[in-house]
Amino acid sequence: MTMVQALNAGLRAAMGADPAVMILGEDVGRLGGVFRVTDGLQAEFGEDRVLDTPLSESGIVGTAIGLAMRGYRPVCEIQFDGFVFPAFNQLVSQLAKLRYRSAGALSLPVTVRIPFGGGIGAVEHHSESPEAYFAHTAGLRVVACSNPQDAYVMVQQSIAGDDPVIFLEPKRRYWEKAPVDRAAAADPLHAARVARAGTDVTVVAYGPMVRTCLDAAAVAEGEGMSLAVIDLRTLSPLDLQPVLDSVRSTGRLVVVHEAPSNCSLSAEIAAQVTEEAFFSLAAPVLRVTGYDIPYPPSRFEAAYLPDLDRILDAVDRSRAY
Amino acid sequence: MPASPVSRVAATGDLRIVGQAGSEALVQLLTPEGERVDHPDYVVDAPAERLQSLYRDMVLARRVDEEGTALQRQGQLGLWASLRGQEAAQVGSARALMADDMAFPTYREHAVVLCRGVDAVQIMAIFRGLTHGGWDPHRFGLAPYSIVIGSQALHAVGYALGVQRDAARARGPARPAGQTTGSPVAVAYFGDGAASQGEVNEAFVWAGVYNAPVVFFCQNNQWAISQPAERQTRVPLYRRADGFGFPGVRVDGNDVLAVLAVTLSALQRARDGGGPTLIEAFTYRIGAHTTADDATRYRSLAEVETWKLKDPLERVKAFLHRKQLADPAFFEQVGAESDALAARLRRKCLGMADPPALAMFDHVYAGEHPPLRRQRAHLAAYLDSSPDPGEVPR
Ligand SMILES: Cc1ncc(C[n+]2csc(CCOP(=O)(O)OP(=O)(O)O)c2C)c(N)n1
Ligand SMILES: [Mg+2]
Repeated sequence: MTMVQALNAGLRAAMGADPAVMILGEDVGRLGGVFRVTDGLQAEFGEDRVLDTPLSESGIVGTAIGLAMRGYRPVCEIQFDGFVFPAFNQLVSQLAKLRYRSAGALSLPVTVRIPFGGGIGAVEHHSESPEAYFAHTAGLRVVACSNPQDAYVMVQQSIAGDDPVIFLEPKRRYWEKAPVDRAAAADPLHAARVARAGTDVTVVAYGPMVRTCLDAAAVAEGEGMSLAVIDLRTLSPLDLQPVLDSVRSTGRLVVVHEAPSNCSLSAEIAAQVTEEAFFSLAAPVLRVTGYDIPYPPSRFEAAYLPDLDRILDAVDRSRAY
Repeated sequence: MPASPVSRVAATGDLRIVGQAGSEALVQLLTPEGERVDHPDYVVDAPAERLQSLYRDMVLARRVDEEGTALQRQGQLGLWASLRGQEAAQVGSARALMADDMAFPTYREHAVVLCRGVDAVQIMAIFRGLTHGGWDPHRFGLAPYSIVIGSQALHAVGYALGVQRDAARARGPARPAGQTTGSPVAVAYFGDGAASQGEVNEAFVWAGVYNAPVVFFCQNNQWAISQPAERQTRVPLYRRADGFGFPGVRVDGNDVLAVLAVTLSALQRARDGGGPTLIEAFTYRIGAHTTADDATRYRSLAEVETWKLKDPLERVKAFLHRKQLADPAFFEQVGAESDALAARLRRKCLGMADPPALAMFDHVYAGEHPPLRRQRAHLAAYLDSSPDPGEVPR
């Protein structure tokens, strides 16, 4: 099934399993969301559990906090990455901090789903990668799925957890298909995974770039190079154990994401890997990222976004050390 | 600041309007059938040439819109947001503006853009993904399209505060407060959905307490993507103004004459130091939200058909016909002009080349930014297929 269908199935399972789960968002009911992730859920679970909200993101997250205080498990949909910022105060100063503020008395099991990233030829504000803001914020957990199986499992795990989770969905991968095994044993939510084993260079990515890195690894194989690809899956807390394990054998690391590089996830990863595995590194940690500019008009996307060639170029530069 | 309705005369060239903001019912001057009706507060005397030119504006706007939809379907544009049905609201309000007024539009205000004198090609460039902006805001008195719903309302208020301060400084400390007649006004365009955003409501607060020379022009087109206007408000939107201390008025948004009159009156009030007005233009989004939307999933065709009967262009045409204020040659000429515009637009759009990749680094900052310069240089080298095997410059 597609990632959209997998997310839909995951949400349906979560709602079926726990009557406290609610969905709040713009156009999530009758329309089923602009990407149809919530398609059919309002018809199945009712208008009091799937709320078509007024057009206000601060309202969506702010009221989700109140609902959570009342024992509900709200799942908020932010329509596009660039529209999460009206809710920034509620996310960063409220949702993230209320457990701490209340000395643990309050639990905020709120999941905030955000379709993120570019590559779909959209107008401004529809292609951004805001993950670093949230990973930078103590009190929020941040995860990104890269494939339908993870989407199905991780959305349920996020909802079931007692902490707020920023759940990032790679919108350019929404329509890619892969089998989903509903009965398969699930990895923990906050665990990175080796998506492809390899011995020459370690490549780390999450969300939309995992597919791109796997494609790069397939091409590299044809050129006689063995790339390990690690799907980070969790951005806060980071799980760098599989990365360190891999780097200790390859000695080379390339980190890939769409977000700009300045103060990004790749900066954190490079720092931690340098601290933990300095003597294993044969080359500096290299980064392939978006540039430090606002997300450009869509006709620039091909040059802005990391692609297979730019990844392989970084791999070559790493190996040339 | 009491929201007392103040009568005044707005003398604007060929139009004479006695305006009174705070009117209770829907202001209408031209019925859907094209009958002229009187309104006690908006006594309008519009000569034939003015009506003809408003009609022409609407025809051209509709044509640009049709072309936008067609070009999107043919893969020339990434997206198009249709204004169909809202021509009168946009043309009527935009034609009320003076050259030095400042409009703050959303992504649907194509007719406003045209009335401000911008080439329609510039709109296409945005939806083709060549630029986020497209025109010089200062030159045209038109801010860039705002896509983050409601954000521009505060910008309009801030601009208005600047105008207010300029006027006060020009007057000197001895003169009484209040706007100088003739000084610019800021107009914030937004939709019914936007009225739910905190930022729009904050804009109301600021405009109210500072008595800012701003007009809030809300096109209630009944839908915010799939959400009906009732999901955004329990009272008619124009009545919200009351709580913020300034007048609100609901106008038939498909009646270009009424929109013009109501907007002129609100602008005059602002110019005279009377402060903000909220205009709710009651209209309808005939098309889907955008070309990416399927409106049949959430609204009935019958509803759309009802609104088609209130078409903003047809009523003016009918009136011009009936009163013999325009001859067939006029309609032919407007038709020919619209054909020529469409052909030119299409030709220009197909001819728009992609910009060089390195141009994406332009205009991030006013001044030098060394890390960005290095990133740009790195991409340049990479594009030359001779990537430097050294460190990634950061
Ligand atoms: C802050 C924000 N949230 C969500 C969106 C996505 N979105 C784009 S248009 C729209 C509906 C806007 O409705 P309205 O204000 O009535 O304007 P209309 O589209 O009807 O002209 C939504 C939800 C957005 N652009 N900005
Ligand atoms: Mg609307």
